[in-house]
Amino acid sequence: MGDTFPRGRVAVAGAATFGVGEMPGHSTIEMAGKAVQLALADAAINLAEVDGLFIALPDDLFAGLSLAQYLGLHPRFTDNNRAGGASFMSHLVTACMMLDAGYLDCAVIAYGANQRSSGGKLSTPARPDRWDAPYHPMYPLSFYALAAARHMHQYGTTREELASVAVAARLWANTNPEAFAKGPLTIEDVIASRLISSPIRARDCCLVTDGAAAMVLTRTPRAKDGPQPLVPILGAAAATWYNSVTQADDITVTAAAESGPRAMAMAGLTPGQIDTVQLYDAFTINTILFLEDLGFCAKGEGGQFVASGAISPCGSLPVNTNGGGLSCCHPGMYGMFAMVEAVRQMRGTAANQIAGAQTALAHGNGGTLSAQATVIFGNAETV
Amino acid sequence: MSGPGAEWDAALAEGRFLIQQPLGGGAAVFPPRAFAPGTGAELEWVEASGLGTVYSATWIQRKPPEPPYNVVLVDLAEGARMMGCVEGVTPETLHIGMAVKARIIAGETPIIVFDPVEQADG
Repeated sequence: MGDTFPRGRVAVAGAATFGVGEMPGHSTIEMAGKAVQLALADAAINLAEVDGLFIALPDDLFAGLSLAQYLGLHPRFTDNNRAGGASFMSHLVTACMMLDAGYLDCAVIAYGANQRSSGGKLSTPARPDRWDAPYHPMYPLSFYALAAARHMHQYGTTREELASVAVAARLWANTNPEAFAKGPLTIEDVIASRLISSPIRARDCCLVTDGAAAMVLTRTPRAKDGPQPLVPILGAAAATWYNSVTQADDITVTAAAESGPRAMAMAGLTPGQIDTVQLYDAFTINTILFLEDLGFCAKGEGGQFVASGAISPCGSLPVNTNGGGLSCCHPGMYGMFAMVEAVRQMRGTAANQIAGAQTALAHGNGGTLSAQATVIFGNAETV
Repeated sequence: MSGPGAEWDAALAEGRFLIQQPLGGGAAVFPPRAFAPGTGAELEWVEASGLGTVYSATWIQRKPPEPPYNVVLVDLAEGARMMGCVEGVTPETLHIGMAVKARIIAGETPIIVFDPVEQADG
């Protein structure tokens, strides 16, 4: 047994973002609360109907409690799983199981962060562990740099191939009104940007923005009665292999190689049947690693795959159609925004809508390539 | 009685670099554990040879005139991996696959660093 999932029996009834880019003067709980209000309005569901709260905030160890207080609810269950940027996909797994079992009737997943307005630095309470800390790696950047350096050594991945990920993200962002970073960006721009922790340069890094997002989940019949196009959840899996990526057997293989196939098996889909991919691109190497691990290209060929233009507008596999963490927004734990963009694609309302898309994969990454979680959304045709 | 982390610290303070080995064989374990990860097997302390190979490396840039410093992952000869730094190298000379040997820098908080090993075959 294991991996039994209620395919298509739970759906996204509402979804919303708030304050993407800059939203000065707001605390993290105010940001998250506003996103919840908007997502409930989107679903036409009353606040009082919410009975499950799932949340991670950057600055609040008791965020589930805080959200109950802020919303004025007495939820049946709260979940403050903190698997970094993969937290929200993990929340979704738990929420789906609890909704299908009838323990909950209406679950809300929420996130909000103000890291741009609160100082402009990536604010995370996470630190290197005591075994890594004496060597002063930049956290989390140097851990990704070590993976990138090894990937280049092991497979011949080039600096230009890494840069092409940032260029593709910018092309998508340029036609998304919600995206924070717009304007021309070339391979040469990326390679000429400031070296931070080799081989990672400034333009290989995600943005530092504000932003909040929330989703409302119900059992599918309820969502069908709502005002939005049906977005059923077809599969969802979380995989956790370690905390520090220094402990990876092979630093070029992430736990996405487990979460992806498990989620796709639940959905009854293969990578070739996924119409669009929204993944957590904290750094350009992430996109390459995850596309390989999720099965969209062979291990070691990710660099060539992204440089071929496959993931750009008009490419064969639309990836991060909102501009991703590299050019749309990155408030610190990006997972929610990958899921909301996947939901918009399934509804047919994305800024860069992929015509005819019926399946969307959203992938979250937490820690330093440590925790990985994959969710597959469909539309009404898929259930 | 101390936990494995404190036992490791105490040995390092005495100038000894310890790692753990599962009773009955298997790859060495680092960071220290109360039992072997994945199997639960009993562990014993052994002196690390200190020999290793650079598995990956990054140079962290600082505001000039401060020079960049390196952070590496080292595959220890006994089978475990640890973070470290290599002394006496430059971005041009430090490379993945480089043979290195551990050295303990004593002090209030002793630390393990690595030096390049001259290859006999050049």
